Amino acid sequence: MPRRDDIHTVLVLGSGPIVIGQACEFDYSGTQACRVLRQEGYRVVLVNSNPATIMTDPDFADRTYVEPLDPDVVEAVIEREHPQALLATLGGQTALNLATRLSERGTLEQHGVELIGANARAIRTAEDRQAFKAAMTEIGLSVPASGIAHDLEEALGIAEAIGEPLILRPSFILGGKGTGIAENRAQFARMARVALAASPISEVLIERSIKGWKEYELEVMRDRDDNAVVVCSIENLDPMGVHTGDSITVAPAQTLSDVEYQRMRDAAFACIRRIGVETGGSNIQFAVDPGTGDMVIIEMNPRVSRSSALASKATGFPIAKIAARLAVGYTLPEIANDITRRTPACFEPTIDYVVTKIPRWAFEKFPGTPAVLGTAMQSVGEAMAIGRTFPESLQKALRSLEHGRAGLNADPGEGLLDSLDDRELVHRASVPTPDRPYQLESALRRGVTVEHLARETGVDPWFLDQIARIVAGRERIVAAGGLAGLDRAAWREAKRLGFSDAQVGFLLGEPEARVREARLAAGVRPVFKTVDTCGAEFDAETPYHYSTWEEEDEVRPSGAPRVIILGAGPNRIGQGIEFDYCCVHASFALREAGFETVMVNCNPETVSTDYDTSDRLYFEPLTEEDVLAVIDAERRAAAEGGGRLAGVVVSLGGQTPLKLASRLGPELVLGTSPEAIDLAEDRRRWSDLCARLAIPQPAGGTAATLAEAREVVERIGYPVLVRPSYVLGGRAMEIVYDDEGLVRALAELAGFGGVAAGAGTGTWGQSPEGGAAGSLGREGGLSAERPVLVDRFLEDAIEVDVDAIRDGAGEVLIGGVMEHVEEAGVHSGDSACVIPPPTLTSSAVEVIEGYTRAIAEALDVKGLVNVQYAVKQGQVFVIEANPRASRTVPFVAKATGVPLAKVAARVMVGATLAELRAEGLVPPEVDGRATTGGYVSVKEAVLPFNRFPDVDTLLGPEMRSTGEVMGLDRRFGSAFAKSQLAAGWRLPTEGTVFFSLADRDKRAGLGAAARFVELGFRLVATAGTARFLRDNGVPVEAEVAKVGADGDGAEPGPGPASGPGADAVELIATGQVDLVVNTPRGRGPRADGARIRTACSFHGVPCLTTVAAARAAAAGIADQARHPLSVYSLQELHRPEQLELPWEAARLDVEA
Amino acid sequence: MTGAEVAALLVLADGTTFEGEAMGALGAGRPVTGERPGRPATGELVFNTAMTGYQEVLTDPSYAGQVVAFTYPHIGNYGTSSEDDESPRPRCRGVVVRELARRPSSWRASEDLDSFLRRHGVPGITGVDTRRLTRHLRSHGALPCALGAIEGPGAFSPEDLADAAAGEPGTTGADMVSGVTTPAAYTVGDGPYRVVAYDLGLKVSQLRYLTAWATVEVVPAGTDAGEVLGRRPDGVFLSNGPGDPAALPWVVDTVKALLGEVPVMGICLGHQVLATALGGSTYKLPFGHHGGNHPVRDLEGGPVQITSQNHNYAVDPAGLDPRRVAVTHVNLNDGVVEGLRSTDPGVPAFSVQYHPEAGPGPHDATGLFERFRRLVEDGRP
Repeated sequence: MPRRDDIHTVLVLGSGPIVIGQACEFDYSGTQACRVLRQEGYRVVLVNSNPATIMTDPDFADRTYVEPLDPDVVEAVIEREHPQALLATLGGQTALNLATRLSERGTLEQHGVELIGANARAIRTAEDRQAFKAAMTEIGLSVPASGIAHDLEEALGIAEAIGEPLILRPSFILGGKGTGIAENRAQFARMARVALAASPISEVLIERSIKGWKEYELEVMRDRDDNAVVVCSIENLDPMGVHTGDSITVAPAQTLSDVEYQRMRDAAFACIRRIGVETGGSNIQFAVDPGTGDMVIIEMNPRVSRSSALASKATGFPIAKIAARLAVGYTLPEIANDITRRTPACFEPTIDYVVTKIPRWAFEKFPGTPAVLGTAMQSVGEAMAIGRTFPESLQKALRSLEHGRAGLNADPGEGLLDSLDDRELVHRASVPTPDRPYQLESALRRGVTVEHLARETGVDPWFLDQIARIVAGRERIVAAGGLAGLDRAAWREAKRLGFSDAQVGFLLGEPEARVREARLAAGVRPVFKTVDTCGAEFDAETPYHYSTWEEEDEVRPSGAPRVIILGAGPNRIGQGIEFDYCCVHASFALREAGFETVMVNCNPETVSTDYDTSDRLYFEPLTEEDVLAVIDAERRAAAEGGGRLAGVVVSLGGQTPLKLASRLGPELVLGTSPEAIDLAEDRRRWSDLCARLAIPQPAGGTAATLAEAREVVERIGYPVLVRPSYVLGGRAMEIVYDDEGLVRALAELAGFGGVAAGAGTGTWGQSPEGGAAGSLGREGGLSAERPVLVDRFLEDAIEVDVDAIRDGAGEVLIGGVMEHVEEAGVHSGDSACVIPPPTLTSSAVEVIEGYTRAIAEALDVKGLVNVQYAVKQGQVFVIEANPRASRTVPFVAKATGVPLAKVAARVMVGATLAELRAEGLVPPEVDGRATTGGYVSVKEAVLPFNRFPDVDTLLGPEMRSTGEVMGLDRRFGSAFAKSQLAAGWRLPTEGTVFFSLADRDKRAGLGAAARFVELGFRLVATAGTARFLRDNGVPVEAEVAKVGADGDGAEPGPGPASGPGADAVELIATGQVDLVVNTPRGRGPRADGARIRTACSFHGVPCLTTVAAARAAAAGIADQARHPLSVYSLQELHRPEQLELPWEAARLDVEA
Repeated sequence: MTGAEVAALLVLADGTTFEGEAMGALGAGRPVTGERPGRPATGELVFNTAMTGYQEVLTDPSYAGQVVAFTYPHIGNYGTSSEDDESPRPRCRGVVVRELARRPSSWRASEDLDSFLRRHGVPGITGVDTRRLTRHLRSHGALPCALGAIEGPGAFSPEDLADAAAGEPGTTGADMVSGVTTPAAYTVGDGPYRVVAYDLGLKVSQLRYLTAWATVEVVPAGTDAGEVLGRRPDGVFLSNGPGDPAALPWVVDTVKALLGEVPVMGICLGHQVLATALGGSTYKLPFGHHGGNHPVRDLEGGPVQITSQNHNYAVDPAGLDPRRVAVTHVNLNDGVVEGLRSTDPGVPAFSVQYHPEAGPGPHDATGLFERFRRLVEDGRP
């Protein structure tokens, strides 16, 4: 069946902000979908609130709405755009839930919009656990014994009938929020409450726990002619009990015989047919009893998922792209396999390598949360590696994670396990934690048997035996006694087991550079093989490579000038999708300019690792050894083909590639020189530069001891901002208000080395001690070489971020001046920010622009530069400058229509802004600064506190947000309200606001409180705040008792109904408060404030922790009340003159 | 290398060599028992792209005369189990892998693969860059090869191996069936219908499906038509098997005599024999189809089937008389004929080139055995 001609416009829903459980894999799938649909000639309308995505680039859709993923908003888009079809299966659980709601409330039917990809009934059957189990039982598949509860009583009845251990899974949630395993009745009752609250429909599935069984996933595709294929099988190294998103997973399945595999395949097809997914991809999970082979089906996702992205990258089979084609009428046999181009997509990929994915966690950001893995996902990113064998791919994946480890131990980090005795080590390995792989290797190295370890941990003996091979390989490296002792065969064996040069160096007591020299002298180099979907049966057209240690290299020569772009590696807090956006845009821009682009990255979720984003893709760890190997391969390709390697882009992928810049050779680094990058980071040289340019900085100094720090403070006064001299992605800053705080902060830094003993292995810097070491400590030590920076902290200052580009001719383009909503002291990544600045005076903006130009000039920037300022009482101070892409580049590009990353990439290879203006890449009217065309854009951070229920939600200098959203409107208030809605906080239109202000915030908070009263809200407040407000003429209806007056230790949770004198937590828990304004009393955890904020997070009540945010919210509420909801596409913002539909232009006139 | 490992070499007839280590019945104290003890193991080298099912592949008699290289690197992960044998013993001449599993893991495993190969006298080599090998075969076609240990007792020199490879004739024009067919007839199952199955290299999985509804009398490949018809069968089944179909005129003649007398179904070599009996001809593919992921379109309707395949030869569509024979299935990858049927109502017969019985591979096409049952039912008075 060919493409459907009855559809003209397709509405695509994205997945919104990056959150735990839903990351940039949906940008990858959504981007593929948009491209395919446009190639097929459809008009594509996209809604996605996440400005950092590539899919929301205005080139990928006809109309791009960066608007909240909310039913009312999407209905407004439908009314404007009249789509005939809605594709929601490529936008994760968010899009699927939204589509379900639109269907249920009749919006789709009313507007004649057909749900394509999966119908509402199929979604319902797959998502509703009861319906799913009934359906599976009906077709003869086994499921674990279970029951459904809607309240606690029902839950306890089911527990009685089945017996523990029991697993709880709330319905309609993403990433496993609220799920867990209960071992006894008391634990069960407690967890059942949490699970019921987590489900939007208060429904929880309770089933027999099959913890310890082997876990598998199959990625299946089906079309309307009932053609069905398995794209990939995946086996989890961690047995059942760990969320698949938090598991180490391996493709293909390793320990299933053909008999068992085919049985699973048959079951998967029976499942997808019964559920009724007529077109598209599904992920189906199975568990197998390792003792008997009994197989049960666990769940099915009737959509493209995180695992689909992994399966696509693991096999080369573009699931999302094909799912989009299937959704519009094609069948699998009609679609060509992109990789071979000769064979159809209707086949099952076969691979001749092993893929390992390992998650990356951020427990260090959430002190108080134990680093234990369970059925709720907690990881924030992942790395994938490809090797010919499992040991090779496992070690590559571990070094891809970039958490300071060189592979599976054989590095300085392994020493942290030395203090444990065997028994304790095995015991620790039996609990799933991020450290488990290292513990397994260490135990095997000590002689613990595979059998014993398998019994204690549930990890399959095959995997353990493969790790034992790594152990044996290590012993042979050590036995060589030195580099000279390694002959070609020994090198080959070590490398085939995945040992990095750094590991070999550690084992032989040699620096990595000497290991490299010796290896190259022995003629041992990696080769690059190709991911081709077919195990080399057919010739592959697509150069998607991975390194390994074999006999044949498949990299083809090329005559075109080439640029290598180093990606950002696994997502982490502080370095996420924004940098992938920049790398991808660079690739697009350079390809358009005639370069062949070569991408190096190891993050399977991303668009950058899509095989057709760049001319070549190397799926490799971003370490010195691996990157140098790629550079060598590309140099050879250029030499043999008569081409030229123009250079390497290191400044668009965040800290990851930047750290490598100095190792590559300055002549290879494109754009700003590594020397200038260093200058900006070196405290003394940077201060000298600012002084020379007469740009004020906050007073400060460096200190290597407490005494020195006190000296600095003596000079500048409290409060001070304390941070290590080498701050990675803004981590590990603290604001210190007094001497006590200074002593603690310095002690944390100095005491880092002692954390390991008896307090977790420390591989991840956190481990079960749960925050005993503060964040400064984790950044590693205090010494004359690594002093701390102690700067005057400018309280109540407005923080400002600027992104700019300077070209080789010296012209500077100000991309955007962003004013932060939260005052200085909140990490810029966690603060909301606004373009254009709503409160800064035009003279302040002029000063800021002038400073930015001067700094860019002085640093001889070629490309992007980000400069941060603090504005206090009209005076502008520079905080820091980074001559590289910042997190805000995609937001600024969306707000202004200037594609900053593309422009920067071109500038880095020599183009001038004038040339790019002539070419049209820079809009011709943009001269000196980009503008926003009368619109206001607000970027809001999205924080993962719902995953870490015991963590204080107070914002501070350490970044903890996982993602961002953008609110776009013609007024600041409306834009802010949209940003809040997009972030999951619907601002109330009426009701009660609870105020609790720190003393220093009371004066500033007065105006905000008065504004809420004007808007018709009732106010309640804590005693001190109430008194202050009343004294100043603001009516407060009730005073609220101090939290926990009845005693400490009460957990914030669905509490009992409140009576008179209820405390704030009870009011929040019982829904009597619609908005909370709670500002912290200085630094440090204050029990009541923390518990109020935690309760808000738990119960979904918007909680504002700064007065500035309260003011913004009031403005938003006011604008929402005055103006009906309007939606705007980026196209009308960026290119109003190019609008095609007359009614759109007319509407703009009315608005204007 | 652990030290216990013995260096080995795989040499192709064109002189290309691959390094590895000995496994199975190769190397010190592991005599090659095969057909020519004391000499390097030789055979026609083919690659198989299935990621699971190595035991079924190794025990498939169709691989007689061949050395099998697996493209998936880890082989032996789940060991071996007698339940998974497709015939009593491996018939292939050797095995080439990238990484032999030392320690299998499966609740069904009774023996590790290395021991299994040793017990059956099958030589093997591990540690080979099998992707380089596959790419070589892809561009040069299936090639004769030799493999042997190059150190320790019983070692061969690279030159010995090169000579042996050059001297290996391959399968073209060779009758490999006589070496693998059952010496005597036997009966399995007790279904209501009577099917005579010609063992040209029969896989046990085929019997599993046939015995679901038939009493199956398995007969040697040389059994003549008269004797078979004397058993008064409701249907005749032609199994898969090794080698060149053009080297089996005696089987073709038998099938010609059966056509029109009794409904016939053929699989793989049985398909090629049926096509030849119906007036068609066969040719050799450059490197064949060996794997579990081949898409086949049924030209008469229904979804595409992902199939298990193992053939070096194929039916030439140009040689088929459209008045007598219809092509019913084609391979979506390369258009190769994957199934046909007789269009003469008086001659009920059909066949497929691929393996509906799987073993190993997907179960998408098992319905073909039901189709045979219906043909048998229709044909029975």
